[in-house]
Amino acid sequence: MEVVKIENVARVYQIGKVETKALRGVNLSIENGEFTALVGPSGSGKTTLLQMIGCLDQPTTGKVFINNKDVTSLNRNQRADMRRGTIGFIFQFFALIPTLTAYENVEMPLLLNGHAPAERRERIMELLKAVDLTDRANNRPDQLSGGQQQRVAVARALASKPTLILADEPTANLDTTNGQQVMEIMKRLNKETGVTFIFATHDPRVINYASRVVTLQDGLIEKDTQTR
Amino acid sequence: MLQILRMAFRDLGRNRRRSFFSALAVAIGLALLMLLSSVIQGEMGSALESAIQLQSGHIQIQAASYDENKSSLKWEDLVENPDRVASQIAALDQVKAATPRLFSSGFLSTGDESSGVRIYGIDPQSAANDPYRDGIISGSFLTADDREGLLIGQPAALKLHLQAGDKVSLSVNTSNGDVLEQTFIIRGIYTTNTYGFDGSTVFLPLAKAQAITQTENHASTIFILLKDTSLTASVANSIKAPAGLQVKTWEEMNSLITEFETTANSYIGFFYLIILAITVSVIINTLIMSVYERTREIGILAAIGMRGARIMGLFLSESVMLAIGGVLMGLVLGLFSVYLFNIRGFYIGNMGLNGMLISDTIRARLTVDKTISVTIMTFVATILSGLYPAWMASRMEPVEALRAEK
Repeated sequence: MEVVKIENVARVYQIGKVETKALRGVNLSIENGEFTALVGPSGSGKTTLLQMIGCLDQPTTGKVFINNKDVTSLNRNQRADMRRGTIGFIFQFFALIPTLTAYENVEMPLLLNGHAPAERRERIMELLKAVDLTDRANNRPDQLSGGQQQRVAVARALASKPTLILADEPTANLDTTNGQQVMEIMKRLNKETGVTFIFATHDPRVINYASRVVTLQDGLIEKDTQTR
Repeated sequence: MLQILRMAFRDLGRNRRRSFFSALAVAIGLALLMLLSSVIQGEMGSALESAIQLQSGHIQIQAASYDENKSSLKWEDLVENPDRVASQIAALDQVKAATPRLFSSGFLSTGDESSGVRIYGIDPQSAANDPYRDGIISGSFLTADDREGLLIGQPAALKLHLQAGDKVSLSVNTSNGDVLEQTFIIRGIYTTNTYGFDGSTVFLPLAKAQAITQTENHASTIFILLKDTSLTASVANSIKAPAGLQVKTWEEMNSLITEFETTANSYIGFFYLIILAITVSVIINTLIMSVYERTREIGILAAIGMRGARIMGLFLSESVMLAIGGVLMGLVLGLFSVYLFNIRGFYIGNMGLNGMLISDTIRARLTVDKTISVTIMTFVATILSGLYPAWMASRMEPVEALRAEK
């Protein structure tokens, strides 16, 4: 089943009098359960494409479909609802709320989706166990290492059982060991839960984990390769 | 909702010093409002209280033709058989004291100095004259049969260099338009701490005043003090004035004070606005800084699907918490400063306001009503000041917010 469908998407930024074409007409289809890497040099459009798929930004032209729903026509609140119910995010910086504990950070999407307390507790503990952080549940982000913070972010991204997880350079700020650990967790969860992962990276070690590699260059897809 | 409140509380705790000083700004604003309003209330209340106790009483009964401003001594403008009328009124349960008074004007002179005075003929035994009796600072109070003694206020005594026991010449207007002069002995010097009154009022026993002004068995007014000011209207209605007399209440006789209070309140409203505007700008500034510092977090919350309204709720919760903390601190600070102002007072001396009996010391007086109204005013203003920063946070584009530096 097609989770993401991108039809001729272009994104033009106007900064002063300068027009920057971040995407120039991208077509892409991602199937359920894929573990896809978006690769390419800086400025190739990886992050912009992820933002289009994640309903964080809207294309200048073209259409984006998530689970066969056209998300380009949604208003601000509808896009927030779409993100809350369907999409999980992992960012390059360890995007946790600094005042909340690991447990509470993972809890946030569940609260926003109105899950009952008992259900929330069960799900959070299950996810913290999956990322091997059960003993760190009550620690705040500043008491966790970078790798641990990114694992909390992975757990949070999965909390609401989304169909799609978008990760923007998830290992860029991690050392090799922690980077590998995060990628292995993501890969394992992809296999176990069947959730679709799309991640932007230019780290060759990370690319090796991908089952499909989409290469972008100057806002266009240059190559689309199934690796296994 | 609980999570939002928890986040808001912890966000305030993240920069404790800034949050504390913001709450302190609210507290100082509220304390100033309490102090300002209590000083005005104290001043106006004291002016009214002085006017009632010293000058107007709660109710007066006068001849229908009597004009207070002229202090007429014509028999037709006076109350005849005033003792009889006063004793009838004094028999009412709600009445604390009812006593005849005779007003005249004249000149007090020593060797080479003189001063215009208003002369009060009073019954020295009446409880209505306790403020003068209690205010004796030198010499003694009058007795009903004293034929030579008078009481003089402290400012007039200082001006004319007089002491208890000194002799002084008093020229008095009489009922038939003549002026009579007689030498009196300063029996005592009094103070009511009301410069305007003390500087221009001398007291004689009623009988002596009637004799010197040739107004036998007549008085300008029956001065009535009630057990409680709130009883005024009902007592005034229940008193049936004998033919040719009129009943006047303190409201009618002190319209200047009530008008002055209305004017003062409108000026005070302006000061309230200035204080609130300063408080509001401090809170807006704090919350806007907080929004900018947490731009990326706002982006994260938006990315995980938090709607703008909830983000707005988060920041509004912070302003509610600042408001609660600030108001609680402000109540403590305000009550303490009002208490200090109340027990120590603030000496202002002679304000020089004609027609009003302003005490020489301002004492703050705060009512529960006023405390509640300024507290609500400060609380609402603080919460409203959170609206703009909260709206700003809720309108941030997630992409832009996520791009912000941490």
